[in-house]
Amino acid sequence: MSHSQSNSAAVSVQVRGLRRSYNGQEVLKGLDFEVKPGEIFVIMGPSGSGKSVLLKHIIGLEIPDAGEILINDESIQSPGVMEKHRMAMVFQSGALLNSLTVGENVGLYLSEHQLLAPADIGRVVSEKLEVVGLKGTEDKMPNELSGGMKKRVAIARALVVEPQLILYDEPTSELDPLSAVVIGEEILKLKDRVHVTTIVVSHDRDLAFGVADRIAVINDGRIVSIGTPEEIKHISDPLIRKFLTADFKRPDSR
Amino acid sequence: MVLLFWRTLLALPLAWRQREKVYDQLFEIGNASLLMVCILSFFIGGVIALQTGPVLVERGLTSAVGGLVGISIAKELAPVMMSILIAGRIGSAMAAEIGSMRVYQEIDALRTMNINPIHYLVLPRITAIALAVPLLVIFSILAGWLGGAAVSAANGRIDIAFQAFFQNLREIVGLREVANGVFKSFCFALVVGVVSCHQGLITIGGPRGIGRSVTKAVVNSIVLIVILDYALTRLLLK
Ligand SMILES: Nc1ncnc2c1ncn2[C@@H]1O[C@H](COP(=O)(O)OP(=O)(O)OP(=O)(O)O)[C@@H](O)[C@H]1O
Ligand SMILES: [Mg+2]
Repeated sequence: MSHSQSNSAAVSVQVRGLRRSYNGQEVLKGLDFEVKPGEIFVIMGPSGSGKSVLLKHIIGLEIPDAGEILINDESIQSPGVMEKHRMAMVFQSGALLNSLTVGENVGLYLSEHQLLAPADIGRVVSEKLEVVGLKGTEDKMPNELSGGMKKRVAIARALVVEPQLILYDEPTSELDPLSAVVIGEEILKLKDRVHVTTIVVSHDRDLAFGVADRIAVINDGRIVSIGTPEEIKHISDPLIRKFLTADFKRPDSR
Repeated sequence: MVLLFWRTLLALPLAWRQREKVYDQLFEIGNASLLMVCILSFFIGGVIALQTGPVLVERGLTSAVGGLVGISIAKELAPVMMSILIAGRIGSAMAAEIGSMRVYQEIDALRTMNINPIHYLVLPRITAIALAVPLLVIFSILAGWLGGAAVSAANGRIDIAFQAFFQNLREIVGLREVANGVFKSFCFALVVGVVSCHQGLITIGGPRGIGRSVTKAVVNSIVLIVILDYALTRLLLK
């Protein structure tokens, strides 16, 4: 495998028998799935079902009790594998560095690894901020931003990495419907432009069915079902039906 | 903790690349502490003179006052007291800052960007504190001597002129003694830096976890400083 190849192409992700407990409580109860290179893979599931924990394992922040995660068929535990591929994660909370400005946050990857000259970093940063609809906010501090703006800055920060694998944890959870659509479109565009493998965790049914190549539904640390959006729509499993069609009903509706 | 120290040492060649962050930290430490260090040391020097001066003078040991105040400040009080002060002021801030970065997933975010938190957060802080504390201690020693001299001159029961005080001081305290104190403070600074950063990095839980880390950072630093002080004093006593 040549270096340049491993550095530009989308990667495959395999999760095998992944288990993880916290304080004796099993959160991930044996997960198996595979994400193909260039695919947009959406993970849905109720709150507390272990979606964020799963993402943290995939990007190597947490170490599984059992099972393994392979990227391009290499375990992420083996030395050097994580460094070989460019990956990025958009945290549920945004996880911006509060002591840095928005611009410094977005440019952090480039400046810390000294990949570009400062002037070029500035250009890339404002370009990416424009993509997420936050042009001209470089000099703001994260605590001056709303929740949704933080999330979008976090997305810009991930885009700067030009990742081969990008993980989004609830990218639209704090956004109005319009910004949510913009982010959904951006997820699709990114895939076309740089051929990236995308894993999205989301409750947002519109986003999920709008962008997904395949959807996995997880509940209580297990995968309930995996399939294309069409397949998932037609599954008769009562839990999935409920999850996908849950609607708010007014008590006094006639 | 020893591991953290070792990893920081290994990363030391990268300190140059992080120099801007080291400057920031240095500025912060100096800004927060310099005035306080000088005022505190001035009064500590004064108190030592006040406590020992009359006793020595009554027994005709007038010429020993300068030396006694000088040596106790340079070798013991300035390094130990100032390091304890720094543990409270700077160590606590380091533990709180790194701890909150840990709790709010900022450190996780760094790791996903392949940025080593030790290089990015710990190295600049430990470098800065190891540079700043010895400098502060030099100020502290000078201020302490001044305080001792001022009190000795002003107090009627001691009544040693300014010049005579420093002359006596110089007979007993040489560059070696000062260097001894400054070296000790360098070691204490490393202790404060490593302990505080370590506590910050292992913070778990929410705001309460941060509070716990800060307390532990300060308490552990102080205990280690006092123990290490004994060990170093023993070692340097020849
Ligand atoms: N560090 C941790 N220590 C202990 N328990 C944890 C930890 N992280 C997660 N958990 C537990 O794991 C379970 C799953 O958490 P996770 O954050 O993955 O949920 P989620 O599916 O992302 O939910 P949401 O949709 O609300 O974000 C929860 O019950 C949580 O309490
Ligand atoms: Mg979550």
